[in-house]
Amino acid sequence: MDGLHIENISMRFDLPNGTSVQALKNVSMDIKTGEMVSILGPSGCGKTTLLNIVAGFLAPTEGAVKLGEKAVAGPGPERGMVFQKGALFEWMSVRKNVEFGPRMKGMPKAERDKITDHLLETVGLQDFKEKAVYELSGGMQQRVALARCLANEPDVILMDEPLGALDALTREKMQGLVLKLWKETGKTVILITHSVEEALLLGERLIVMAPRPGRIHKEYQLPFAERGVNADLREVKKSEGFQETRDEILSMIWEMEEEIMGRSEDAA
Amino acid sequence: MTGWIVLFAYIALFTLGYFVVRLAKWLGRPNRDFTSLKTVTFGDESAIRPDRAASFISVLVIFLIWGAFTGSKWVPFHVPGPFTGDAVFSYTAQDASGARDEGTVTVRVHEVGLDADDPEVEPGDGFAKNDVDTVGAWRSTLIRATSNDEGEEVNVVAVEGQPIAPGETVKVPDGEVTMTAKGSLNFQPAKGLQMEPIWMPPPEDVLKRFKEIATEGYQNFTLWQHLGSSLMRVLAGFFLGSIVGIPLGYAMGLSGWFRGWFDPIVEFMRPVPPLALIPLVIIWFGIWETGKIVLLFLAALWVMTIAARAGVSGVNISKVHAAYSLGASKRQLLMHVILPNSLPEIFTGARVAMGVCWGTVVAAELVAAQKGAGMMIIAASKFQLTDIVLMGIILIGIIGYGIDILMRLAERFLVPWKGRV
Repeated sequence: MDGLHIENISMRFDLPNGTSVQALKNVSMDIKTGEMVSILGPSGCGKTTLLNIVAGFLAPTEGAVKLGEKAVAGPGPERGMVFQKGALFEWMSVRKNVEFGPRMKGMPKAERDKITDHLLETVGLQDFKEKAVYELSGGMQQRVALARCLANEPDVILMDEPLGALDALTREKMQGLVLKLWKETGKTVILITHSVEEALLLGERLIVMAPRPGRIHKEYQLPFAERGVNADLREVKKSEGFQETRDEILSMIWEMEEEIMGRSEDAA
Repeated sequence: MTGWIVLFAYIALFTLGYFVVRLAKWLGRPNRDFTSLKTVTFGDESAIRPDRAASFISVLVIFLIWGAFTGSKWVPFHVPGPFTGDAVFSYTAQDASGARDEGTVTVRVHEVGLDADDPEVEPGDGFAKNDVDTVGAWRSTLIRATSNDEGEEVNVVAVEGQPIAPGETVKVPDGEVTMTAKGSLNFQPAKGLQMEPIWMPPPEDVLKRFKEIATEGYQNFTLWQHLGSSLMRVLAGFFLGSIVGIPLGYAMGLSGWFRGWFDPIVEFMRPVPPLALIPLVIIWFGIWETGKIVLLFLAALWVMTIAARAGVSGVNISKVHAAYSLGASKRQLLMHVILPNSLPEIFTGARVAMGVCWGTVVAAELVAAQKGAGMMIIAASKFQLTDIVLMGIILIGIIGYGIDILMRLAERFLVPWKGRV
């Protein structure tokens, strides 16, 4: 039983005021090895909670996450994370950041250097090896974060809005890089994003979640990621079916947002 | 009186300096950098740059005022000094029969520390004979004007033609005269506006004293031993406080049990000023080195604990999650993430702790010590050696400032990412 399996996860916790929140309810999905899944949804739909459960930072109240046969019980190097920002270690150079995982494992220096050199070249930062990370631009910092995650050879890469803090132009460039890295390494990727376009471009499969309680609303199988590997992303956006799917998902999310607004107005 | 004049002089120089520097800048080459083009400066903190001319003039003004009000030879102008020379005033005596006669009192006012002979004066006519006396500047002297007068029950009834009774004061040229309850005259020569050296010595006296103590030492120890022992106490106390406080702070930041256990203790001890602990520390540990180092240990401990705790709490959770996802163990997380991440906070705490320790050591030495900067000051004050007191204060200030500069340099070197993340 290969791949990542999210089995009927529910998450409910009490608030200090005595009420309780159902953050996730009966969420299940099976992700094949090497698949790229993007998760989309209005704020409060539990997508970050779901990712944190898969990463092992949170324990679900019901259900389980299994990587292959092994149940997830905490964070581990087989599931790498890429965060939106602020997760790099400012006291380390770019090189030290990238080789952090292997160094913690006790890998010899020569081997580490080989991995680091290769990855920094892949993400286009070979000339910034000894720079301090706070000297780099936001886009470059995210390249370092990607390289650092890959250096550890994880089976699954979990991305929590990795490009959310970047400007539109840099973001477009980085989307191409993510696609390239995914294709080259063949890793399983779960990508959480706010941007419908990004979810469409990068996800082979797109999952739209709905809020209160957080649950899976709709799933799409998409051809765009495959198209984007060998083409300009701007061309992919003009290709058949992209605009239609985008509009459909956007109005779906708009409806959910309006429902939330309506409900809170009723309450008030 | 002098105090108000000093204050007004200071405000006047502050204002004058401002306009002079503005004028000089207006006449000179205009500043054309980016900040100079900002039109909104009032409220924009980034547009406020310290005017280095103001800093320079500020220090200069302090020395000018200090010199001008203490009669320093370094300063070309002075406020009026105390009267010196021969002061003369007349008095009117009345004898038992009601007859009145006038006599004079001549007082030679000399510099304090010098000897002077009585002025020579004719005894004069009538039953009231002329008197003489000497007195140092700023001092006053008691004159029994009637002691040499002839006749029964002679009393002074007026000074300089103005009637006087016991307890009353009459202004005379070059000073004032007050009659005591027993009818003697207390002459106080005019003090002027300058301060007496025992209140405020001129800067050259302080420098002279500094040279003297730097070469000969003071109270059985050289100056460097005094300052060195204060510094050693601070370093020892700070070091001990850090090696206990920092791990304690980390433990409080990493474990709920530790935080719950030590929170009440830390929060209770933090607002207690170390000075308030001096009596207890002396009772428990004595007045020698142990007591002082314990006191400084306590002064540094809470500051460092809180700094380390804040350093741990301040770590971005993404960094911790990232490290765990990269396979770091708890120990590795502590060494490679928590520790370096807390360095900026630790440095801020260390600067505060150093300041507190330096202040506390001086105060502790004021209470009891054989050597130390504070001991020097308190010993000198007992002999009214104000120049040593001032010298001590200046040295303490310079050393404290120097420590802070060193800490800031170390911070820039060790925590280059501070404020840039």
